[in-house]
Amino acid sequence: MDSSSLLVSPFTSLIELGGLLLVIPLMLPVIGLLLALMLGGRFLGRFMLLLLLLGLIAALAVATAVLTGGDALLYHLGGWAPPLGVALKADGLSAILLLVSAVVILAVGIYAQRDFRVPPGAPETRASLVFWMLLMGVWAGLNAAFLGQDLFTLFVALELLTFSAVPLVALDGRAETLAAALRYLLFALLGSVLYLLGAVLFYGTYATLDIALLAERIAGAPSLPPPIVAAAALMTVGLLAKTALFPLHLWLPPAHAGAPPAASAILSALVVKASFFLILRIWFDVLPGALNPMTAQILGALGAGAILFGNLIALRQARLKLLIAYSTVAQIGYLFLIFPLAASAESLALTGGMLQVVSHACAKAAMFMAAGLLAGTLGHDRIRDLGGSIRVLPITVLAFGLAGLSLIGIQPSGGYLTKTLLTAAVDGTGQWWWGLVMQAGGLLTAAYLFWVLGHALSGPPSGQVVARPGRAQELVVLALALAALLLGLLPPALFDLVGVGRAGLDASAAVSTAMAGAFGWSKLWGDVWPILVVGLLVLGMLPWPDRQANASERLAATTSSVTGHWAAALGAILERADRGLRKWPVAGLSLLVLALALAAAIATGS
Amino acid sequence: MNGPTLFGLCGAALVGLGLYGLICQPGALRKILAFNLIGSGVFLLFGVIAKRGGGALSAAGLGVDGDPVPQALIITGLVVAFAATSIAVALLLRLAEISGRSTLERAGSGSHSPTHERAPAPERAA
Repeated sequence: MDSSSLLVSPFTSLIELGGLLLVIPLMLPVIGLLLALMLGGRFLGRFMLLLLLLGLIAALAVATAVLTGGDALLYHLGGWAPPLGVALKADGLSAILLLVSAVVILAVGIYAQRDFRVPPGAPETRASLVFWMLLMGVWAGLNAAFLGQDLFTLFVALELLTFSAVPLVALDGRAETLAAALRYLLFALLGSVLYLLGAVLFYGTYATLDIALLAERIAGAPSLPPPIVAAAALMTVGLLAKTALFPLHLWLPPAHAGAPPAASAILSALVVKASFFLILRIWFDVLPGALNPMTAQILGALGAGAILFGNLIALRQARLKLLIAYSTVAQIGYLFLIFPLAASAESLALTGGMLQVVSHACAKAAMFMAAGLLAGTLGHDRIRDLGGSIRVLPITVLAFGLAGLSLIGIQPSGGYLTKTLLTAAVDGTGQWWWGLVMQAGGLLTAAYLFWVLGHALSGPPSGQVVARPGRAQELVVLALALAALLLGLLPPALFDLVGVGRAGLDASAAVSTAMAGAFGWSKLWGDVWPILVVGLLVLGMLPWPDRQANASERLAATTSSVTGHWAAALGAILERADRGLRKWPVAGLSLLVLALALAAAIATGS
Repeated sequence: MNGPTLFGLCGAALVGLGLYGLICQPGALRKILAFNLIGSGVFLLFGVIAKRGGGALSAAGLGVDGDPVPQALIITGLVVAFAATSIAVALLLRLAEISGRSTLERAGSGSHSPTHERAPAPERAA
């Protein structure tokens, strides 16, 4: 029995459905929504778990069918082919995202069983019903965005996603989360209306919204007509606003940090990836020839800005959930390095980018849920008061650390593969500046992880334990963290999924080259020593237990030293810049400026 | 100036007005209304494209004057915009009920939500 038949055997009957298989991931969440209305909140969690499990099986079947079939799955709704009908299609990228979102949502579903259950005898709460309905809405929106082949279907999918994600932020009904949700909704609406305007211009020019037909018609033209230049710029900027790429990240930190932990995990791990995926679709599927160097450099520069700025601001955060939210701002940046690197090293850049999507989804969901367990147990999430939490929640702190290793990019994590593949692409294209940014980003990530872990590991437990988390919750967080950390150990042949439906992409060769030398001593040492130096620097600043008494004096002493003074001043300036950038009029204007810059860049190149 | 051009310019003007309102007006209700202005502008533009014809049906040689596809999409778009507006208004009403606020930025502080109190001093890790 060779490996491919071994892969296929559990799903034979599902794979025989062919394109019809794609309807299942769209139907399951909708069934869940309707069931929720009938069942009410009391026993809903268990039913949802069953649906999520079925969803995982369907996603596995799609991925297997795409990988072993070597071609994309296609389905015409109602048998009507485009341009009259609407198509669903799962290529390699869609299959990967379907699978990752099924895994992460299942994990979140297991985690949320405890947070949103209704104790026997107690009256049913609204959150216990609404959370599951919104989760199903998010899942439906994600799957539709990954499978849709029509720009308008994708618009509806994005809106479904936003309308489900926004109320998740405000689930606890406090004033500050309501304000965060409103800010998120309004900025996302600005993004989606710009996307819709772009879609209208596409339709006006080519009389179709189907991605494959558009690509065909655009490839035939000698240069991009002006409406399409405007449409590409508007759609990209609109989607950037929804992805919260720096400097359009005004809504992300309060929304992701204020939501309940299970919701934060979904928002940070998956929701921002859907709009990023549509940017990929536009630039790699609709307009494959139009990604000129100038446009790519603009997108890359925004990504680099996100990596540096997000990580530096994360270092300044006092609350764990805000730190993780700013880390998301930074990690989104890596995704946009794909664009400048894809020009001459598409295999490396796209594979690296997809690995970043997958590993960040698993790691960030694990981190947000770990932070939720810490906050639930200690009653707060102030980093300075995390002292001794390793003794209260050993598994959770371990999971947080392991997920962090993946973000830093230690072998064999998905983060390591991303960094190695993108670095190889940097070497191949000679754009050394992106390499520097990635190195700096990894070290800054290490700094804030050591800062958190140092507090969690040192000292006696401060304050009392408010509530104990469930064992299943801790284990599911650990499992997600391990998934991110061990991603590189998967057989390289599986990574070929990235290239299905895309000519000339050899993902497995790229991955096996990257993994080949990963565990050699010199490579290992070369990757680890800068991180150790950062670790020692950070640990040197922690208030250790035996010096607890004079910690404040040491604090004053270090801060008054020259370097401490400069670091503090730089931090204050950055924080002020962040507050300025996140003011609504400033963010709105930067969005317009960005749209103009992108349009100019696209026009000069075409 | 023929009809489609006039309506196209009207659509562009609505989008421009809406963008100005969405970015510059501090009140959240005004932002919601401005979003609806942009939406109307986009739908009007889509209507112009439908009137201009040359859509999928006439491209297929069915000899249909005008294009019905954008009209179907406009209706869907209206439903989506209506849903968006109702969620935004519901959030704003609840926010005003709890805290008396009707703006996104807190009055006076110029900053954002209270979850963002300044870090006491984690700058030492930087």
